[in-house]
Amino acid sequence: MTIAEPTENIPSGDNRLLGEDVKMREIGKLERFLGPDNYRILKGLVKTPASRIGFALVFIFALVAVFAPLIIAPVPPNDAYKIPRDGYKNDPQPPGSPWKRQVPEMPFWYKTLTGKDEWVHLMGTSEGSYDIFYGVIWGTRTAFTTGLVVTLATFLIGVIYGSIAAYYGGFVDNIMMRILDVLMILPSTLAALIFAAVLTPKIGKSVLPVMFALIAFGWMGYARIIRGDILSIKERDYIMAAKVSGVKNSRILFKHIIPNAIFPTLVLASMGIGDVVLSFAALSFLGIGTETGYADWGQLLSFARNWISSLGTYWYIVVFPGLTLVLYVLGWNLIGDAMRDVLDPRMRGKA
Amino acid sequence: MTTYIIRRLLLVPVLLIGVTVLIFGMMQMLSPVERTALYLKDFPKNDKAIEGLIKRYGFDQPVYVQYWNWLMGVKNPTTGVREGGILHGDFGYSRSSSMPVSELISRRFPNTVDLALWAMVPMISVGIWLGVQAAVHQNTWIDQGLRMFSIVGTSFPTFVFGLLVLMVFYAKLQWLPPGRLSTWASAVVDSGQWKTYINLLTIDSLLNGRLDIFWDALRHMLLPIITLSYINWASFLRVTRSSMLETLRQDYVVTARAKGLSEHDVIFNHARPNALLPVITMAGFSIVGLLGGVVITESVFNYPGIGSAAARAAVSLDIVTMLGFAVFNGLILIVANLVVDIVYAFIDPRVRLS
Repeated sequence: MTIAEPTENIPSGDNRLLGEDVKMREIGKLERFLGPDNYRILKGLVKTPASRIGFALVFIFALVAVFAPLIIAPVPPNDAYKIPRDGYKNDPQPPGSPWKRQVPEMPFWYKTLTGKDEWVHLMGTSEGSYDIFYGVIWGTRTAFTTGLVVTLATFLIGVIYGSIAAYYGGFVDNIMMRILDVLMILPSTLAALIFAAVLTPKIGKSVLPVMFALIAFGWMGYARIIRGDILSIKERDYIMAAKVSGVKNSRILFKHIIPNAIFPTLVLASMGIGDVVLSFAALSFLGIGTETGYADWGQLLSFARNWISSLGTYWYIVVFPGLTLVLYVLGWNLIGDAMRDVLDPRMRGKA
Repeated sequence: MTTYIIRRLLLVPVLLIGVTVLIFGMMQMLSPVERTALYLKDFPKNDKAIEGLIKRYGFDQPVYVQYWNWLMGVKNPTTGVREGGILHGDFGYSRSSSMPVSELISRRFPNTVDLALWAMVPMISVGIWLGVQAAVHQNTWIDQGLRMFSIVGTSFPTFVFGLLVLMVFYAKLQWLPPGRLSTWASAVVDSGQWKTYINLLTIDSLLNGRLDIFWDALRHMLLPIITLSYINWASFLRVTRSSMLETLRQDYVVTARAKGLSEHDVIFNHARPNALLPVITMAGFSIVGLLGGVVITESVFNYPGIGSAAARAAVSLDIVTMLGFAVFNGLILIVANLVVDIVYAFIDPRVRLS
C-alpha cells in the first residue's frame, strides 16, 4: 500500500487513520500550522523567479517608506507629507538644478553618492517648484498607508459580509447578493470618484475622502470569494460532524469554517494592495482628494497635465513619479501572478 | 431558455431601484441647504428665501417622499403637475459645464460611443490573437514573453501610460494630437453645410464624404485607442490563454488529432471556437465598460466624452452633474449587461440549461 500524499479529508500529520506502518513524508511546524493546502500555496509563492523579483521590489519600497526621514528629511515647519517648494516658479526645473529655498538637511548618503556639496533637485521640480524627489520618497509612505488601510478595511468588510451571506444561505443570501450586484453595477472608479466628491466638502481635502470611497466600493470582490469558499467548506464532513455533536452555530462559523476558508481571500487581499494604490493614484491624478503639494505619486503626475505639449522638454515630471508607481504596482502584481498560478485549481498537484 | 430570460429580466427592476437608491443615498449625505444650492444657478443669501426653496423642493419631507420627488419631479403648487425628475430626463443643471446635465450627456455621449467602437476592434482582436499564441506555444519563450508583457500591462496605470505616449507621439514627434478635432475640422463640423446623420463623427464624416475630417477625427482618437487596447490586452490574453489550454486538453481535440487533422485545423477550427466562449462574455463587459465612459483615459487625452465630463464635475465638486452621470451610467450598464447575458445564453447552451 503506497499513499504518497495525505488526502484532503485527513488532517495532515495524522497517520493513525492510515495505519502505523505507512511511511509519511516529514511535516514541518509551518505546514502543521497552516494545513496542507495553505502550505502548498505559500511554498509555490516563494518558488518562482518572478515572484521573488516581486517580493524584492515590495521589500525595497518598504525600506524606502520606513527610512524616508533618513533619505530626505522634512523641512520644518512643514508637515512631513508636504513637499518642500523651492520658490513659486511655475515652470518645471530640470534634474540637477540648484535647490535654494526650503532646503532639507543634508543626509549622510548625499555627498558620497552624488559627490556634491550642495543640495540639487535630483529629479527636478514640478509645476510650482515642488521637488519631485521628495514627493517620490515620501509618496512611498502614502502608497503603503492607503494601500494597507484600504485593503485591510475592504477585506474585513468583505469577509464579514460574505460569511454571513454564505452561512445563513437561502433568502438572506439572496438579498445580500442582490445588494452586491447593485453595488457592482457602477464602475468602481466612477463610483469612488462620485463618493469622494460628495465626501470632500464634509471632511475636507485629505487622503481620507478617497480612502473612504475606495473602501465603500472595494470590498464586494472579497465578499464574493469568501462566500464561494464557505459554501464549499460548509458541505464538508467535519462541519457535519461538528453539527451532529452539537457545537453552536457561531462557534462552527468562527472556529471551523472561516479559518479554513479564509486563506485564499487573505492572499488575494494582500495582492489587492497594488490595485488600491493604482485607484488612489488615479483619483488624485484627476484632482480628487489630497491638497496640492501632498507627497503622493498621483498628485505629482497630475502636475504634468498642464504641460502636455511640452512634455518633450519636461519629461522628468512624468517619467520619475510614473516609473515609481509602475514599479510599485509591478512588485505587487508579480507576487499576485505567482499566487494565481498556485491558487488555480487546475494547477493543483502539478507544482 | 425562456425561463432564463424571464429570471434575468426580473432582476432588472431590482437593479434599477437599487442603483437609484444608492445614488440618492449619496445625495442624502448633504444637508437640505446644500442640496438646494446644488440645483440653483444663483443661490440666495437670504435665510427666508432659502427656507422657501427647501419647502418648495420638498427637502424637508420624509426620505421616501424625497426619493419619489427625485425620480418623478416635484409637484408645482399652483398647477399640481410634477416638474422635472430624473425619470423625465431632467438631471438638473450642471454648474461645471453651464448647461443642463441632460444636454451635456447628449452632447458628450456620442463621442464616447465613437471611441468605444473604434477601441474595441484592436482591443479584442489583438487580445485574443495574443492569448491563442500564448496557449499554442505554452511554456516556450513566446508564452513567457507574453506573460511578462501582460504583467507589465496590468501594472501600468492608464494615466502613466497615456502621459508617456503623449510625451512621445505628441510632444516629441508631433504625430498624434490629443483632443477631438483640429480647429479647421471643427469649423467645418460646426458650419451649416455639415449634415448630422447618427452623431458619430467618424461615421458622419464618411457619410458627408469628407475623408479629411474622418482622418482627422481618427487621428485624435489613436492615442486613446492605443492606451485602452494596451491596458486591456493583458486580461484578454490571460482569459483566452487559460480557456484555450483547457479546451486543448479536451477529448474531442484528442480525437481530432487522432483522426490525423493538421495542427492548424485542430487549433483554429476545433479548439478556438469553443475556447472563445468565456472571452465573449469578457468582450461584452469590456464594451459595456467603454460605453460607460472611460474616466481616466478621456481625461488624460482631453477627449470630450462623458468620462472626462464626470471627472471635471468631480474636481469642481459639481455633485448634480456627477449624480446625473451615475444614473445615466447605471441605466446603460444594466441594459447592456442584460444584453450580454442573454446573448451569451444563446451562444452557450450550458448557461441556459443549468
